[in-house]
Amino acid sequence: MNITEKHVDAVIVGSGWTGMIMAKELTEAGLKVVILERGPARDTYPDGAYPKTMDELAFIQRSRLFQDMSKDTVTIRHGVDDVAVPYRQIGAFKPGTGLGGAGLHWSGQHWRVFPEELQLRSHYEQKYGKSFIPPDMTIADWGVSYDELEPHFTFAEQVFGTAGHAYRVNNQIVGNGDGNIFEANRSAPYPMPAQKNPYSAEIFWKACAENGLHPFSQPSANTSGPYTNPYGCQMGPCTFCGFCSGYACFNYSKASPNVNILPALRLSPNFELRTDANVQKINLDSTGKRATGVTYVDSQGNTHIQPGDLVIAGTFAYNNAHLLLVSGIGQPYDPKTGQGVVGKNLVYQTMATIQAFFEPGKFTNPFIGAGGNSVTVDDYNGDNFDHGPAGFVGGAPVWCNQAGTKPISGIPVPEGSPKWGSGWKKAVTDSYVNTVSFDIHGTNMAYRQCYLSLDPTYTDSHGQPLLRFTFDWQNNDIKMSRWIAGKMIPVAQSMNPKSIKVLAKNFGDHFDTRPYQTTHLAGGTMMGTDPKQSVVNRYLQSWDVSNLFVVGSGVFPQGLGYNPTGTVVALAYWSAKAIRNQYLKNPGALVSA
Amino acid sequence: MSVSGSAVPRRVFVFRTLSFIPATAAGLAACTHLDAFAGQAGSYTPSFFTDSEWRFVNAFVDRLIPHDEVGPGAVEAGVPIFIDQQMGTKYGYGGLWYMHGPFAENPPPTLGYQLNLTPRQLYKAGIAAADHAITQAHGKSFAALDDATKDEVLKAMEAGTLDIGKSPPSNTLFGFFWQNTQEGYFSDPAYGGNKDAAAWAMIGFPGARGDYLEWVDQYGKKYPYAPTTIESAENAG
Repeated sequence: MNITEKHVDAVIVGSGWTGMIMAKELTEAGLKVVILERGPARDTYPDGAYPKTMDELAFIQRSRLFQDMSKDTVTIRHGVDDVAVPYRQIGAFKPGTGLGGAGLHWSGQHWRVFPEELQLRSHYEQKYGKSFIPPDMTIADWGVSYDELEPHFTFAEQVFGTAGHAYRVNNQIVGNGDGNIFEANRSAPYPMPAQKNPYSAEIFWKACAENGLHPFSQPSANTSGPYTNPYGCQMGPCTFCGFCSGYACFNYSKASPNVNILPALRLSPNFELRTDANVQKINLDSTGKRATGVTYVDSQGNTHIQPGDLVIAGTFAYNNAHLLLVSGIGQPYDPKTGQGVVGKNLVYQTMATIQAFFEPGKFTNPFIGAGGNSVTVDDYNGDNFDHGPAGFVGGAPVWCNQAGTKPISGIPVPEGSPKWGSGWKKAVTDSYVNTVSFDIHGTNMAYRQCYLSLDPTYTDSHGQPLLRFTFDWQNNDIKMSRWIAGKMIPVAQSMNPKSIKVLAKNFGDHFDTRPYQTTHLAGGTMMGTDPKQSVVNRYLQSWDVSNLFVVGSGVFPQGLGYNPTGTVVALAYWSAKAIRNQYLKNPGALVSA
Repeated sequence: MSVSGSAVPRRVFVFRTLSFIPATAAGLAACTHLDAFAGQAGSYTPSFFTDSEWRFVNAFVDRLIPHDEVGPGAVEAGVPIFIDQQMGTKYGYGGLWYMHGPFAENPPPTLGYQLNLTPRQLYKAGIAAADHAITQAHGKSFAALDDATKDEVLKAMEAGTLDIGKSPPSNTLFGFFWQNTQEGYFSDPAYGGNKDAAAWAMIGFPGARGDYLEWVDQYGKKYPYAPTTIESAENAG
C-alpha cells in the first residue's frame, strides 16, 4: 500500500545523535519536524533496565542493540579488483539500529578535535612539504576551523554532561594544570568534574609521567555526579558498572540521544517520531536539484511518501553515502579516474594495544569501569610531535580505558598461553584481575583506493543494493601505529610487569572483519570547499541539492585520532546554526558552487 | 547504596540492598535441569542434539575446558546444556546473520564467515563428518577416545588438518565449539551454563553487581563479594 503523509517542514532520517540534535534545533526554530527511524523504539526502560541489561551474551554476542544483520549489512573487499562478500556477522564494527542509534550503545568518550586536523592537508604541506604526503593519500581540509566549531563543542559538552578536566579556558591555564596540555583553547570548562581513575588507569598515569609524557583524565560523557543539562534532561552519577559499550546505561549516567535530548524534544508540539520507518530514498523533483521528501517502508511493508521542504540525512556514518547513491544525488566516486565524490575517502581507525601482565595479587579489578573513562596521553596525537623524522601522516591518543572487561569477549592472557584446555583456564584465572591494558587509537588516513560504492550482487531485505566497502590497511598508518607502539613499550616496562604483549599490525596485514576493533567509521560524504572534491559544503549542505543537509561522521574527509562523536555533534550544531540563521531566511545554497 | 565490612556473606549481596535469599530459592531454576548433571550429560534431555551427538558435544567441551583444581570444567558448568538450548534460539537458526547468497567459494578468512550453514546445520553436519573421520582414523568414535588422543584430534581440528570436508571444515567446527563453550562457561547462569556462577567466581568477575562507586579507587584491593547473577539480583528486588 502506498500512503502519502502530511507535508512537514523538515524530514530527518535517523534518530541518533545527529538526527536528534537537528530535530531539537529545528523545532526550536519553529519548524514542524518528523524523525524517521528504521529500527524499533528504545529507552532506558526496558532496553537498559537493571539487572537484565547486565547480560554480556545477549547484548554483545547476540547483538541486542546492534543492527539486524539478517535484513541489512554491507559487503567488504580489500582491493578495487576483488569481489566483495557480505559482512554477515557483527565483528570489527557494531552499527546500531533503533531509537538513539549507536548513540544509545556507545562508550561515551567525548573529544574535541585538534585545530590542525581540520586543516590537515594544508597543515602538512606547509610544515612538512607537499612530497611528505604519499601520492595515493587523498586527505583534505574540512573547510571549517576549530574557532568556528568551539562554541558548539562547548554546548555539546553541556548537553552531554561531560566530565573532564580543562587545561586552558579563555587562554588561562585552569585548575592545577593537570588537564591536557595539548588541548586547544576552550571558552568554558567541562560541566562536570573528571571521573575518578580506576586502578589500571592510575598505574598508566604514573608510568606515563615517569616517561616524560603528559597524562590527563580524558573527557567522559559518563557523568561524575547528578546533572541537569541545558534542555532540562537529567543524569545520575556513573557507578562504574562496566556495562557501557554495547549496552544502554541503566543509571542515566551515559549521555545518549534518548536520555539527553529526546525527553525535551517530546514536549514540542512540532515534533513527531516514527520508528520502524526505513527510508529507501530521498525523492527529487524533475530538476534533480531539489528534494521533495523521502520514501520509507514501515514494518508492515507499506510504502510511505513523506513530503518536506528540508531533508536531513542523519543516518550512521557510511549509511548517508548509501542513501545518496541509491537516490542518485551527487557523482559517485570512481577510484580509477579519481573523479566523483560520493563514497570517496572511507576511513576507519588503526588500533594497537599493549598489555602488561602482573603476578596474581595485583587486583586491577577490570570489571570496575566506565566506557568514557580513561587516562590518556596526547604526546603522539595530532601534530604534537615532529612528524618529519617519524615519516608518516597522523597520530594517536594513547589511553588506558578501564571500561569494564567482561569474560566472554576475551580476557587478555600473556603471549604463549594455551588457547584452550587447563592451561587456558589457568591463564585467564591468573590474568583477569592482574592486567593493565592500554590502546593506541590511531588515525586512518584517506586513500584513493578506499571508498564506498553500491554492491553489484547483494541486496537488503527491501531489494536495495548493499553498500560496498573497498578498504584495506595502508603502510602509512601501520608505520604510525608501530612507531607509537615502540614509544609506549617503555611505559609498560616501567609498570614492572612480569610480561608485556604488544598487539600491532604488521606491514601487509589485511583488514580483518572478524575481531571487534572500533565502530569509528567515517568518510564517504566528505565536506569541503570545492564541489568537485566534496559532497557537502562547510555547512554540511549538499552541493547538488540545496535543501538536503548530510550530517554525521561521513562528512569527515579523513579519520581523527580521537573518537568521532564529539566532532560529529559539534558539526551538527554548527550546521543547525547555519540552517537557523542563514538558510531559513533565504533558502538556497549557502556557499556558491 | 552502602556496602561495608568484609563480612558480607557469599551469594547474597545484591544491587542497592543487602538481603538473604534462601539457598533453595536461589538455585531453584538451575537445579531443575542441572541436578543430576554430574560429570556427564546426566538426566538432561537435549532438545536439539541426538544421543550420539550429545556424547560428542560433552566429550568435546570436556577437553576444551577440563575439570581441574583451578575451577569447574565445561561439562559440570553446564556448557553442553547451554549449547543445546542456544540451538533453539534465533542465533541457532542463523537469524542474527545475513544469510543470502551467493556464498563465496574461497573467500579470504579475514572477511569472516561465508558458509551457507546456520549453527544448527553446522553442528549437525560437522559432528557427523568429524566423528566419521575420527572413527576411520582411530577405530572408535571421539567420545570413546582417551584424553590424550582427544586432545590430538582437537589440535588437528583447530589447525584445520583433520579432513572432514568443507561443509564445514574442521577448523570452523572447532571455532564454533570454542566460541560457544566460552559463551556457556562465562554467560549468566540463566542460559544453562556457568552453573552457580562458579566460572565467574574462579576469575573474580562479580557479574551483575552494577555498582563499584566505592571500589573504583580502592587500588590493589581484592573485591571480596561473590558474583551476582541476573536472577539473584531480581529476586532481591
